[in-house]
This record gives sequence, C-alpha cells and structure tokens, in this order.
Amino acid sequence: MKQAFKLGLLGGVVQILVSLVGMVMAFTHREIVSETISLGHALVLLVTFFFCHQTVTRSNFPKREDILVASLLTGLTMAACLSLLVLLGELVNLRKVFINASPALYSFLTFDRGLEAGIPLLLFSGILTGALTAFFHRLPAMVRRLLLIPLAAVLVAGILQDLLRGIFAAWGPLGTINEWLFTANGMTIPGTIFIFLLVAALLYLWDIARSPVAGGYSRLPVKTKKSLAWTGYFLLFSILLILPKLLGLFLSEVLTIVGLFILLGLGLNIVVGFAGLLDLGYVAFFAIGAYTMAVLTSPELGFFNLNFWQALPFAVLMGVIWGVLLGIPVLKMRGDYLAIATLGFGEIIRILVLSDFLRPWLGGAQGIARIPRAEIGGFQFGGPQEIYYLILAGCLLVGFISFRLRDSRLGRAWMAVREDEDVAQAMGINLVATKLFAFATGAAFSAISGAIFASKLGSVYPHSFDVMISINILCVIIVGGMGSIPGVIVGAAALIGLPELLREFAEYRFLIYGAVLVAMMIYRPAGLWPEKVHERELHFIEDGRDEALEKT
Amino acid sequence: MLKNWRERVTTTDIIMWLIGGTLLLMIIIGSVATISAGRYTAKHWLDFIVFGLAQGSIYALIAMGYTMVYGVLRMINFAHSEVFMSGPYTAYFVAAFLYGSGYLESHPIFSLFIVLLFSMGTSTAIAILLERIAYRPLRQAPRLVPLITAIGASFFLQYTFRGLYGSGFQAYPIVNILEGHFIIGGFRILRIQLVSILASGLLMAALFAFIQRTRIGKAIRAVSEDKETSALMGINVDRMIVTTFAIGGLAAGAAGLLYALMFKQVHFFMGFIPGIKAFTAAVLGGIGNIPGAMLGGIFLGLIESVGPSLFLDGLGIIAPYQLKDAIAFTVLVLILIFRPTGILGERLAVKKA
Amino acid sequence: MKRAVALFTFFLFFLGVSMVTTVLAQEKKAAPKPKAFQYDDKIGVVKIKKGQPVHIAYWLVVAGPNASLGEDSRRGVELAIEDKGGKILGFPIKLTGQDTGCNAEGGMAASTKLASDPTILAAVGSTCSSEARPGAPILWKAGIPTVSPSNTAPFLTDAKRGPEYDGYLRTAHNDKVQGAVSAEFAIKQLKVKTAATIHDGSPYAEQLQGVFAETFKKLGGTITAQEAISPTDTDMRPMLTKIAIGKPDIIYFPIFIAAGGHITRQAREVSGLEKTILMSADGTFSTDFYKAAGERAIGMYHSSPDKTAFGEKYSKDFLPRHERKYGTKPIAPYHAHAYDAAMIIMAAIEKVAKKAPDGTLHVGRQKLRDALFATKDFKGITGNLTCGATGDCADPRIAVYQTTEDNIKKLAMPDKPFWKPY
Repeated sequence: MKQAFKLGLLGGVVQILVSLVGMVMAFTHREIVSETISLGHALVLLVTFFFCHQTVTRSNFPKREDILVASLLTGLTMAACLSLLVLLGELVNLRKVFINASPALYSFLTFDRGLEAGIPLLLFSGILTGALTAFFHRLPAMVRRLLLIPLAAVLVAGILQDLLRGIFAAWGPLGTINEWLFTANGMTIPGTIFIFLLVAALLYLWDIARSPVAGGYSRLPVKTKKSLAWTGYFLLFSILLILPKLLGLFLSEVLTIVGLFILLGLGLNIVVGFAGLLDLGYVAFFAIGAYTMAVLTSPELGFFNLNFWQALPFAVLMGVIWGVLLGIPVLKMRGDYLAIATLGFGEIIRILVLSDFLRPWLGGAQGIARIPRAEIGGFQFGGPQEIYYLILAGCLLVGFISFRLRDSRLGRAWMAVREDEDVAQAMGINLVATKLFAFATGAAFSAISGAIFASKLGSVYPHSFDVMISINILCVIIVGGMGSIPGVIVGAAALIGLPELLREFAEYRFLIYGAVLVAMMIYRPAGLWPEKVHERELHFIEDGRDEALEKT
Repeated sequence: MLKNWRERVTTTDIIMWLIGGTLLLMIIIGSVATISAGRYTAKHWLDFIVFGLAQGSIYALIAMGYTMVYGVLRMINFAHSEVFMSGPYTAYFVAAFLYGSGYLESHPIFSLFIVLLFSMGTSTAIAILLERIAYRPLRQAPRLVPLITAIGASFFLQYTFRGLYGSGFQAYPIVNILEGHFIIGGFRILRIQLVSILASGLLMAALFAFIQRTRIGKAIRAVSEDKETSALMGINVDRMIVTTFAIGGLAAGAAGLLYALMFKQVHFFMGFIPGIKAFTAAVLGGIGNIPGAMLGGIFLGLIESVGPSLFLDGLGIIAPYQLKDAIAFTVLVLILIFRPTGILGERLAVKKA
Repeated sequence: MKRAVALFTFFLFFLGVSMVTTVLAQEKKAAPKPKAFQYDDKIGVVKIKKGQPVHIAYWLVVAGPNASLGEDSRRGVELAIEDKGGKILGFPIKLTGQDTGCNAEGGMAASTKLASDPTILAAVGSTCSSEARPGAPILWKAGIPTVSPSNTAPFLTDAKRGPEYDGYLRTAHNDKVQGAVSAEFAIKQLKVKTAATIHDGSPYAEQLQGVFAETFKKLGGTITAQEAISPTDTDMRPMLTKIAIGKPDIIYFPIFIAAGGHITRQAREVSGLEKTILMSADGTFSTDFYKAAGERAIGMYHSSPDKTAFGEKYSKDFLPRHERKYGTKPIAPYHAHAYDAAMIIMAAIEKVAKKAPDGTLHVGRQKLRDALFATKDFKGITGNLTCGATGDCADPRIAVYQTTEDNIKKLAMPDKPFWKPY
C-alpha cells in the first residue's frame, strides 16, 4: 500500500509538471474525438493510467481486492495532487512564476464546474481511473492487447488527423471518407469506432494468421525462399519508386529530410559506428558539401556557374580533402578529447562561414542564394516529390557502399580499431590509414548530403549548420543501433521523421524528444535495430565480462 | 639513438607538427603585428585580461562539475549545462521577490546569500535527480549510451523550464553593492568582476580541499580510480557518485548565480553555450583532473577575451570578435596536437580516455 | 525471417490499396460535375461547408532558442482572431501552425506542410528572412499567400524577386528604409562624425548595419569599426574595448534584445565609451529590452515605426488584453505586426468570400491574394497599412525615439518620436 501511495505521489508530481509546463492546455485545442475528448484529456488520463498500471503490475498482492485498492489509492493520490494544485492556484497567484498556471488550466482541471463541484469530481475521476486500470489488468492478455493497440491507433489517428485528411483528400474517392471520419477538429464518433474496430480486426487476423504463415514459409524449399525474398526486394524497390506519388507533398518532404539524415547517418556510422571515433563536429562536412555546391553553382557569387552534376564531384572531393585535413590533427586523440576537438571543428567551420571576413567568398550572414536545382535531361528535381529520387539514389548508393565496406578488409580493420586500438595496431593494422579512411569516407557521404541539401533549398545559410545537427545525427545512429546500417534508417525515421510529422506541437516537440531519448536508451540500450555482432557483444558483457566495456 | 628517433617519427607526426606549426606561426605573426601596430595600450591589455579572468573563473566553476562526473563515471554529462541554468533561473523569482519587498536594498548581503542558497539548492536537486533517473540505470551500458541520455535529459530539462517559466528572459534585479568599480593602483576593475573572481576562487579552493582532505573526498577519488576495488574496500559507490553529482550541482548553482549577477539575464537556453565552453575548458585542462578544469576554464576565458584582438587584429581580419569561438577551438586543437590529453591530463593518458 | 515476412505482407497490402485508389482517382477526375453557383478563380476556389472553419495558419519560430520571436507573433495573431470574435462571415476561424526554427530548412519543411493542407486560405509568417526565402515560393505554388510580421530582408520585396514570390507580403518594414533613416538621423540631427556598428550574424542585423554604414559614409561620416558578435554572447566588454579604441561618437547595434541588453549595460563599463551615443533598431524597441538593459538605456536612441499611429488602441486595449491572456507583457517586438498581418488577411477574406445558396463559403485563392495586395489605408495598430506592388505593407514612416528615465522606471515605451525624417 505504501508503494501504491508513493507511486501516486510520483504520478501526481508528473501530472502537475505536465500541467504547469502547459502541455495539458496546449493539447486541449487538439480534439481527438470531436467535442468528446481532446488530446489534453487523453494526456491526463494516460498519465494516471500509466501510474495506476505501474502500481498494479508492481504489487504482488495475492488478493484481487488488494490490487483494486492499491490501484484506487494511486489514482486518488494523483487526483489529490492535482486538486492541491488547483486550490493553491486559487489562493496564490502562481502565474507570476509559472506562466502556464492560468485560470483556464484550473477550470479545465475542475471540469468547468468551479471549486466545490469540480474537486470532488476530479477526485472521483481519479478513483474511477484506478478502478478501470485494476479491471483492465484482470482481463486476459489477448483481450488487453486487442483493446490497447486499437486505442493507441485511435490516438495516433487523432494526433495525425491533419495529415491523414490530406492524404485521403489526395486519393480521390477516399476523400469522401474524410467527411465521415473527421470533423474540422477531431474525429467523428462513428469514425472513431470504425478505426478502433478496423485495427482490432486486423490485429486479430494477424494474430491468427501469423504462425501458420511463418511456419509455412520456413517449410518452403530454399530456392523458393530465395525467389520470394527477391520478389520482396523488387516490391520494396517499386514501392520506394512510387512512394512520393502516394504520400503527397508534405510526407515526401519529410521523406527527403529523413533521406538526407540517412545519408549523414550512414557517413557518421562509419566514423563512430564502425571505427569507434566519437565525432561531435560531423556537421562541418555537411556544411562543406553544401557550401561547395553553393559557391560553385550560384550565379549570385558568379565565380563558376557550374550545374549540379558538375559541382557534385567537387563537393565530394572537398569533403574527402577536409575529412583528411581535419582527421590528421586528431589522430592521436582518444575518446572525449577527440569528441571535443571535432566539436571544435564543427564550430570553427560554421563561424568561418558566417564571418564578415570571408563574406566576399562565402556570403556571410546573408548566405548564398539562387543555387540551381539539379536537372537530368529536362527533368528538374524541384519539389520534394522529385528531389526524393535524387536522395533515394544517393541513399541506395551510399547504403550499398556502406554494406560493402563493412564486410571488406577495411571494415574489419575499423572494427578492430573500435574494439581496441592498441591491440589492433599490434596486429599490424595501420592506424593512421584506417582512421583517415574512416574520416574521409564519412566526410564524403556527408558532403553528398550537403550538396543535395543546398540544391534542395536553393539557398544556404550558416545558421543551418550548428552543433545541434551533429548531436542529432549522433542520436540517430545510436538510437538506431550503433554500427547497424538498417539501424540508421530506422533511427532517422524515428528521430527525424516523427518530430517532423509533429511539427505543430513544436513547443513540446523537444521536451518529448528528450524524454523519449532517455526512455529509449534505458529500455533499449542497444538501439532499435542493433547490429547482430554488437548485440552478441552486449550480452557477453552482461554475462559479467565488462573488460571491453570501457572501450566501446 | 638517431636511428631510433627516425623510426619513431612518422610522416603523420611531421604533418601534424606542420599543421600545428603553421597555426602557431600565424598566431605569433598576428600577435607581433598587433603589438607593433600599437593601437592598444597596456591599459587595454590589462582590461582584456581582467575581463577574461572574470569570465574564465565562471567557466572554471562549471568545468569542475563536468570533470568530477567524468572522473567517477567516465561520461560527458551533457545535461550539466541545464543544471547550471536551472539554479539561477529558479533563484531569480526569489531575487525578484526580495527586490520587490525592498529587502534586497536594505540587507543586500544576506539577501544574496538566500538567493545563492536557492540557486545552489535547485541545481543540486536537478543534478541528483538527473543521476537517479537518467544515468543510474545505465551504469553497465556502453559508453555512448549515457551520452545520448544526457543529451535527451538536456533537451527535456531545457524545455521543461521553458514551459514552466516561459520562453522570454528574466532580468535579475540590480544589487547596488555590486555596481561600480574599484580602482586598484590606477587600474580599473568592476566590482562584480572582482567579486566573481574571488568567489569562484574561494569556492574552488574549498571544493578542492574537500576532495583532497576529507574522507568523502578520498572515497570519491577512490571510486574514480577503480569502482570495483573501492566497493570491496567498503565504499558505497552509488552514494559517492550521488555526492559527486551534488558537488557538481553546488558549483554549477554558484557559477550560475555569479553569471546571472554579472550578465543580468536568465532564460531557458542560457546554459547551452557556457556548458559547451566549460566542457571545452575541462578537456583543455585534461578531463577528470580538477586543477586542470580550473586552469582550463581560466585559460579559455583569457583566450576568448584577449585572443581576437591579439591574434587577428594584426592580420587585418575584420570583425575579429565574431571569430572568438573559432580562436578558442583552434587553440584547443593546437594544444591537443602537442598534448593529446590536455594541459594537465597526463595521468589518464592512454588507460582510460 | 519473421520480420521479412511481416514486411512483405505489409507492403503487398499497401501496394494493392494504393493501386486500386490511384485507378479510382483517375476515374473520378474524368467526370467533373457542373455547378449552378458561379464563382471562378484563376488558381482555385476553397469551399468551406457550413460549420467548417475558415483555416488560417502560421509558420513562425515557436521552438528553439529564438522561440520568443515567433511566440510573440503568434500571440498577436491569436489576439487579432479574438478581436474578430473568432468568426468571419459567421464561419469560425481555425488557427494552426508550424514551427520554422529560424533556418532555411525549417522554413521549407513548415511551408511544405502548410502547402499540403488544401483547407488553408492564408498564412502568417515567417519569422526569419532565411525561412521565407525557400518557404514563400512553396506556399504560393499551393496558392497560399503569406504575410510576414517580422521578415525585413530587402530581397523578399525586391522588384526583381521573381514571380514565385507573388504571394508574399509583409507588415514588417524593409531594412533599407530603416538603416538609412538611422544614418540620416545620426549625421543630420546628432551631427556626429564617426560611428561604429555591431551586428550579431543574423541576416537582419547584418543588412541593417550595412545600409547604415553605407548611408553614413555617403553623408560624410567615418565608420571606425564594423564589429560582429554572436547572439548568444554575453561578455561584450572585450569587443567594446576594441571599439573604444576607434573613439566613435555613436555605436549602432541593430540586434536583438538579449545581446542588445548586454551591449547597452556593458558599454558604460568600458573606459572610453562612457559618453558614446548608443543607437539600436526596432529589434530591441520593447519594454523587455528596458528590463534587460536597465538604467543604462537612458538616453539611447531607437529607430522604429512611428508609433504615434499605434495610439490608444495599442496601449489601452491590446497590451492589457495580452497580459490578461498570457500572464506576461509582449516578449518580442513583432506582436503588433503579427496582429496587423492577421487583420489584413481576415479583412481580405471578408472582401472576396462569397456564400453559395447552399451555405458554403467560396474563397478564390487568386482573388484573396489580389485583395491582400490591394490593401489600402488599413488602420492597423502599427500604422496605416498600404500594400505596394511588391508586398511591402508596412507604414514606411520610421521615426527615432529616445529613451528617458521615466520610460525605464515605468517600463513604458516612449510615446512621441524624438525625430522624424519627414
């Protein structure tokens, strides 16, 4: 019981924090089910549910009643915390300090009923949530799954309604679904039920069909398997080809951004993931690629006026040259010394590009504009739906090179260096060449990304190349799974794509992003799609051999 | 002997020295040109040095937090900049209240002390929470993983404070006793600068003595040497790590208040740049090494203040203060070329870095 | 292997659905329905059914270190909508928005997101000029005109800006006007001979100081130094010491509040600058700056739009309501421009929208754009707005204000200009 109370208090603090940060109020504007439940309600409810659920799963009471009581207690405590906030807010003007402690928040929390009626109601709803959670816990696992995932789907549909509406509208006849499914703000009630049932049905079918299908597949002869796999690849490729047409303008834009980060991630993956050299200034090469493209092509400066394809090799070349040049001074540094020196390089490049001193050549604060788009025989890579193909080609090429490099002699040398520099050297690996190759390859990939980026935007500004990009790319490859090539793709989709989709929740985007980073690393330290070898190593370490630990 | 020397020096060494030498040469030429041009008098240089010392002492205080955490956990506590921000930002409301009630005017020293307590308290609380939530579950994970949680925690804290207190900034009230300047031997120094140099000097000395002399300090040092062995010797490793975070938080809270008093503005993003600078300072001095962090902080402050005028003005580069950070980082790289483990960081050299 | 199977099935399903729908989509296009109600537009008509909202969007910096700039503007827009009672011609107004992050790629992503929503009629944004450069053409390609409350880069309303910027207007004023007025003021009114300028690496400040320096030199003055800092710098004293060596009569720093506050405070602490005149621009012309700079701001000058036109409505109505709603005074200087931007958009929608017999509201995109450009003598809170052929809507009257002791004590803006060029 004590633990239930403790969790309730903790939950209450979280609840108050979420309210005071302004999330609750900001999210009330987004209705999930029109005029029935808003995202703000959902948030408060979800937090309560989460903590009650924690109580229920952590408690080991033998009796059912005890579980119920514990859950009730947690819910009640959390509601009491919120009531305290409201009472306190009525007494003192909290707003002098906490700008989001607005009267609107209080009236939201008391269900617009005023203090006398509102607070009992709040407490009651806390108890109710507790009871529901306990009841939910009693259900069989299958039913729980069938409830939870469709509910989550409804929530997602509610959050992404603008996007879905846009997609459906673009798909002709599906456009009529829109009116039935969505109102101007929020889903309609039949729409909600429909989505819930649809997802539940699909899930149920999947559960039933999964094992026979998988079993049948494993029983197939190898040759059929292979050809099936090839068909799969072919289908995947053809879907990739028509994707922008299917997804419409904005999702294509998101895809291009994700694609650029995949390119960057694949490059950094070589430096950090393969060779184990922690680079925090990777944005430098992105900037070099972009600026090389800009300087060589923009008529604004008028030095060269090349076209995209003529300038691209130079951008890559510059990437390689600078990769080596910046690589040499840091050859002897290790770990965090390397990290800070590279971070320094990133900043130096950004500052130089911004400086008044180099303004005649690099445009200074005003950037460089009028960078021409890429063209192939009259086909212009103008909007995101066209640039997508350029980036797709880049990603495929770089991905292929990455795959080949990983299994090459050089790739093995990189991994040896990652695991233990001294031993690698003792085994006859040329540290200098190996490290410089890593820097140069990484830089080249990044420069390609930068060059496409410049042509995509049509203008480059120094402000696009700050430290945050380097940090973001690092997060992408580590969240994806260090050293894993599919991991980079998954990581970029999760960390770049999702926040991009949620652009309208901008104020809380980074807050959620931060919390998710922490949670993800605690629950999945190996990343979303870990490299197989690496995964084995991690287990190895958990078995008690933590010798290798300090070196990873 | 000669043959041995030849074997040990490789082409890369020569290229590295060439790069380093060129940078050094440019710095020297720039300095000589600036000094011989004679635009700056000795008084100006002294001014630059004082400005640099004041800024550097604050960097040094923050850097201590980085370096101590690095010492015990071997990780970059990226969220330390938010520990630094949270203290003075929260304490602002106390300061504003005291100012509003007129108490700040009538009892300035006692009021400042209260504000300091709040600032240090909040920073320490945040630092401890951070350790408990974001780092403790990851003790056994590969080293880059806590780096990512640190980045995540940093985002989370920044935007939580933004949500709580707003995205604008708050201006610290003016404390009259800290305004104006002293004249020492015909040479002018601002009061607040003297106060911050003295205060951070004192605080650093106290912390250093704490680490060197007390039992807890010894235990912390033992943990940073070897966790397993110190656990065997009966040291509560977890508690020592928490203590380290708390000390780092205290120093950051104090540094934050000095910073706020010196520059008067607090906002949710204020920690980011000083954080990166302090981290640089810690590395410059040799990360994990406490005197190194102090030295690195002060050195960095000086470079930022003196560097642009001294190195670049003579080379005829316009708007040199825009390149301040670039100079600081170039000097950092230069030092790391010749001393790959920082100014005082020999001890850690290959084994742990 | 399981993973592969899952993926495979998923994609197969996906492909099937997409093919069917594409085929169906083409069939639908082939048979347009005739309509009785006639309302045509060159680009397209947005039809809003009864009960559906009129959708206006913003694309501003509402996250990241520059968040206060955009958040301030967004509040201006929200207040404008509130002023309209939340309704246009009986249709509720819906405001949604995207963060732009104050960089070109953020502007591009945000504008693309807006462009892909067919219900959006017009937009307010962007905050930073670098965002508008790639962003405005994307919006206009989708037929969405945009009015920026805070872009000041000359290029955006230049005669040579190209047809892709046809949907772009702004209520903020052009850097060219403001920089020149400041230089004229310094030479003609203050009769100073030497000046130093400081910018913070933002296109806005860099442009302004450039125009200032050019005009100043043209009028016979000497520029002693053109320094630069970064907006996150706090210790300005070394840079100011360097400026002091040139002994300028005036320092012009058209930057933003945080760094501007530091410069104002620290300039007096640097020997040699105790008496130097300080001058800044509209980026710092707000009470927040007074908070940041404190008493040191007394006597300094700001160039800013002539706020005599702001008049009663701004101080007696707008500001108190702002404080009531958000619990704080405006946090950046662009709320008033954003308010006006939203106002002219709503006025233009009212002008061109037509109700069909069945109650749907029809709004032509080209018509809306033309109506916006035809805005004339609109009484906004930043002055009388008249939109020129290139989209400059701001009242071009820039005046110079001096800060008095009274202003600082009461945290109130000076209400009468100190000097006017006209």
